[in-house]
Amino acid sequence: MSVAEAPATRSRWLTAAGIRALFRERPIIPLLGLLAILIVVSEVIRPGPVSLNWAGVMIRAAVPLAILAGCQTMTMLTAGIDLSVGAVASMSGFLVATLVGDLGLPVAILIALAVSAVVGFVNGVGAGVFRVHPLIMTLGMSLVVLGLANVWQLLRVQTGSGVPTEFRQLGANIEFGFLPVSLILFVPLALIIMFLLNRTGFGRLLYAIGDNEVASRLSGAKSWQVLTVLYVISAVLAGIAGFLYSGLTNVASVTLANSALLPSVAAAVIGGTSIFGGRGNYSGTMIGALILTVISSILSSLGYPEAVRQILFGAMIVFVAAAYTRITTD
Amino acid sequence: MSTTFDTPTKTTGRSVATLALIVRRNIWTLGLIGILVLLVVVTKIIQPSYGPAGIQGLAISVLPLALAAVAQTCAVLARGIDLSIGSMMALTSVVSATLMADRSESFAIIVVIGVLVLGLILGAVNGALVVFTRVPDIVVTLAMLFVWAGAALLVLNTPGGGSAQWLSALTRGPLFSQWVPRAAVALLVIVGIIWIPIRRSRLGISLYAVGSDPLAAFRSGVSVSRTKIFSYMLAGLFSAMAGLSLTATTGIGTPVPGPYTLMSVAAVVLGGVSLAGGTGGVFGPIVAVVILSLLRTDMTFLNVDTNLATVVQGLILVGVVMVGSLIQMRRRET
Repeated sequence: MSVAEAPATRSRWLTAAGIRALFRERPIIPLLGLLAILIVVSEVIRPGPVSLNWAGVMIRAAVPLAILAGCQTMTMLTAGIDLSVGAVASMSGFLVATLVGDLGLPVAILIALAVSAVVGFVNGVGAGVFRVHPLIMTLGMSLVVLGLANVWQLLRVQTGSGVPTEFRQLGANIEFGFLPVSLILFVPLALIIMFLLNRTGFGRLLYAIGDNEVASRLSGAKSWQVLTVLYVISAVLAGIAGFLYSGLTNVASVTLANSALLPSVAAAVIGGTSIFGGRGNYSGTMIGALILTVISSILSSLGYPEAVRQILFGAMIVFVAAAYTRITTD
Repeated sequence: MSTTFDTPTKTTGRSVATLALIVRRNIWTLGLIGILVLLVVVTKIIQPSYGPAGIQGLAISVLPLALAAVAQTCAVLARGIDLSIGSMMALTSVVSATLMADRSESFAIIVVIGVLVLGLILGAVNGALVVFTRVPDIVVTLAMLFVWAGAALLVLNTPGGGSAQWLSALTRGPLFSQWVPRAAVALLVIVGIIWIPIRRSRLGISLYAVGSDPLAAFRSGVSVSRTKIFSYMLAGLFSAMAGLSLTATTGIGTPVPGPYTLMSVAAVVLGGVSLAGGTGGVFGPIVAVVILSLLRTDMTFLNVDTNLATVVQGLILVGVVMVGSLIQMRRRET
């Protein structure tokens, strides 16, 4: 790289190669740029809606997606993937809605999170101990969870309880015209995830396993323990996201969050997490979730039919991912 | 993948050794066939009246899923994965159903050929995007899932259209004897005509080579990009056939993709194809699809709740793969 050899001058970042190097070192910058462009585009297409309140609505919609994308980021760091997050999130939201009437909210939440953790434990043991490919392991578990949730639905069909008011306030309310209440839950969660990834040994191990599993095993890392803990964390996060989804939509159904599964993978990838492991961070993923939310809001404000929206959504994911890959690799 | 295997033994010993080699190479598929036989016996015990009608129904329900599994195999062998198979099936199904509705029987021949070409084109788009954008396969095909599903909705908003008589007749009823369903014959003929020549050709070998080690394949003079695009084109072609078979068996086109993509991934893994690419063939996944469908039939006979049947399917998927990897680990240790 000629840039690295050149004497450090003030104009170092002004060359094309310099900008590339900057983007490569700080991939968050092009992402923020893209987000800004998208916001401008949505203002140009339909003047008016961009305001503090609009921002609040966008963030409110992006928060649960960002949590699910966090599950994908962490599992992708180890070259895995968690395809059960959609089923787990729907299940936990549904479980709370059906249990809250009899047991009260705290117990219902605990049960939902415990069940989520069990699912994550099975995923982790399958992927870590039995070396089943995470794609297959979590796909199989999502079938299991969906089926059991359906059975539970049939058993509980008489008890007419619904989404608890607390969840609705948490998931759907916007304070002061622009601050979604869900941030109370999300900001600490995001800080914990970032702390976990950047400042703890556990986070280092995730990167190490994804980068070179053999090398990390030879250096003494017990990858099965790390993976088991990882998938439990992922499933519990998905369970929490399920609370927000049920609150946001005021619906408790066993397939509620299934449609968020593929966007959660896309958000992590757009955010710069490598699906082959070892590279990525959560801040990029959060921006990725926001970008996807803004894109789908632009598409729905254009008033196109569902079919065209889907096509444009897919095309934009390819385009953004391609542009991002081109910018950040040489 | 050496085709010659020389052992310094006598002719009789050699044929035994070759046989042992064939068995060892196809141990997974043979094991699956064993499970299938066992399952058929169990089915006969549970439901003594299970006969030609049941087998024909099974073959019809297996056909689209088996073709989807073959499509997925083509992508996975070259170390890719195609998450857009279900959407491509929906798109090709609605295109064929709209074009064939209220048209002459001979026009349908042109439609079938056109839809197969469409499948090749869809696959080529997937493959070209994977190769030229350098974005991971799983992400590109995930995005294309939305694109093709949206296109299917554009073509036909609600289920409708029709199928030509002869196309439906190809999949329904028995052939020769009442025990041989036409759908099964159609499946074997299609796969035999397309897959076996490719498997034996230069392209087939490069497919496996790229799947087992892209760098080594590149250094041996295999064009990795061309092979990748070719594998996705094959996946598109088989998806188009799966879509046509959907139209043929149901008589209409449905724009909403079924659960075929994820089931095809499951069938591929159950069928002994490694997700890391380079090992396996198309017949393992086909047997896996038959097992999964027969299992579902058995559970209906036993009056198992359909939701519990989903649970069992998931458990079997995970369980079989676990056992498989345990066996592999054992083998590596000894």
